[in-house]
Amino acid sequence: MKEFVYDTVYLSEEDFEAGRVLYETWKPVARYAWDAGIAIGRYLAELKNGRLVGVHCPSCGRILVPPRMFCQDCFVPTDGFVPLQDTGTVITFSICHIRWDMVRLEHPLIPAVIAIDGASPGMGILHLLGEVAPQAVRIGMRVRAVWKPPEEREGAITDIRYFKPLE
Amino acid sequence: MARNRVAIVGAGMTKFVRRAQETSKELAWEAASKALESCELTLDDIDAVVIGTAPEAFDGVHMKSEYLSDGCGGWGKPVIRGYVGGGTGVLSVIQGWYHVASGLFDTVLVVAEEKMSACQPHPQGAFITIFDNITERALGPNLLWIFALEMNAYMTRYGLSKRDIALVSVKNKRNAADHPAALLGDPNITVEDVLNSEVLAWPVQRLDVSPVTDGAVAVVMAAEHVARRVTNKPVWVEGVGWNLDTAYWTNRDLSYPTYVEEAARMAYKMAGITEPRKQIHIAEPYDPFDYKELHHLEGLLLFDKGKAPEATALGITQRDGDLPVCPSGGLLGVGNPIAAAALMKVAELFWQLRGEAGARQVPGQPKRGVAQAWGDLMQVGTVVVLGI
Repeated sequence: MKEFVYDTVYLSEEDFEAGRVLYETWKPVARYAWDAGIAIGRYLAELKNGRLVGVHCPSCGRILVPPRMFCQDCFVPTDGFVPLQDTGTVITFSICHIRWDMVRLEHPLIPAVIAIDGASPGMGILHLLGEVAPQAVRIGMRVRAVWKPPEEREGAITDIRYFKPLE
Repeated sequence: MARNRVAIVGAGMTKFVRRAQETSKELAWEAASKALESCELTLDDIDAVVIGTAPEAFDGVHMKSEYLSDGCGGWGKPVIRGYVGGGTGVLSVIQGWYHVASGLFDTVLVVAEEKMSACQPHPQGAFITIFDNITERALGPNLLWIFALEMNAYMTRYGLSKRDIALVSVKNKRNAADHPAALLGDPNITVEDVLNSEVLAWPVQRLDVSPVTDGAVAVVMAAEHVARRVTNKPVWVEGVGWNLDTAYWTNRDLSYPTYVEEAARMAYKMAGITEPRKQIHIAEPYDPFDYKELHHLEGLLLFDKGKAPEATALGITQRDGDLPVCPSGGLLGVGNPIAAAALMKVAELFWQLRGEAGARQVPGQPKRGVAQAWGDLMQVGTVVVLGI
């Protein structure tokens, strides 16, 4: 099959440093303003109030979080918001040492999927862990939300700063 | 439902490189022209074109399939583009299959291309947009998070160590040393090299991950009456399957890819496969990260849940093992130009089943293989079964 591999030109750093290749650049300016929608709109409003909420599906009976206008399994409208606790259980986590552009972080971030108490089993949300040594984090660990003070909340997922161990 | 029999009759590709001088369109042409050359056809012989390519954001051009179309031989022909993230390369073969199986076309040129290097400073800047724009992106995620979170869930569920998983990276990068298009082949890499590589997002380390890559791959698909005229070794598409799970990924069991199983069951049923472990001789599951090969082998029903690592340690998945897995070298070794990477896997089965894989040829004249890709927000499985 070797003969059916094209001899593609592999550029090296030296090619750029020596000015052997020409290129054009462009920096996009594209700002977006997303409407939060029916279900997440309420979710964000309740975050501003210092509360986590889910929704109830009248067909499968599950309590879903993040809230959604319809249950994607049953394809019927959910029928109401349900208050949840601001505690939960770590389903999985990572200890992240790099930023999106691969620059190393001075202090690692600990992203986690946290199953929220009061929702149906396995209903997790993505958030961060804090006030815990990375080595001490375990799957199954019980955690509680650490909220921004009310005057700093703006109706965003970041109104919860992070989750910290319950102990 | 009556369907026409469809074969792959030709394949070609570019070298996979970190940064190609060629534009995306030029890469597409390189692969397409090699695929046509391999079966001695010209563009005049092609009825329709399928283009597989991932987000516009990598290239920064709008309507990427229209941009690529002349490099793919699409001008003046019926053209379609499919896109399901990393699952695209196999989806494009599925689309090529139904173009021909339906009787609508006799010949289809399938081209998958990705040039990730244009997106500066890092293509992760484009990848970030896969996270939910309101409830997740504000947390400052990067693409590695979802893999790290899934890998940890998989390891914890089955009590696996990093060493168990690193064996996959070693196997694939060594296999890739025999691939003439490979970016990261290394015949001497060891488990210690993987375990000592830079920690990016634990448990993911540098050598657990496939590289950012530029490249393109193309295959020619044909109806039976054309295939038999073009080649004496047509590779038949025996089954296809694809399946999408919910985008609420934090609500799912991350330790098992149910959507891959559903896609595999669809493809196996079509292929008449009732015992995949006996009836499939070679597998090219999607391996952008080392644990993903294991995850996908289980989803493809080739090993019990949690047992693919043990099979790997026993050498079963080596090129000379009972079930060779990623004899190409996979994404970890050959490289990962997103859509093109998965089509590379299909091309590898084509060459292996025809006995044309050279130094990579698996012994025992394999008769049937499965290729699988995965993508979107950890939610899509695409599967094809090929046989000779």
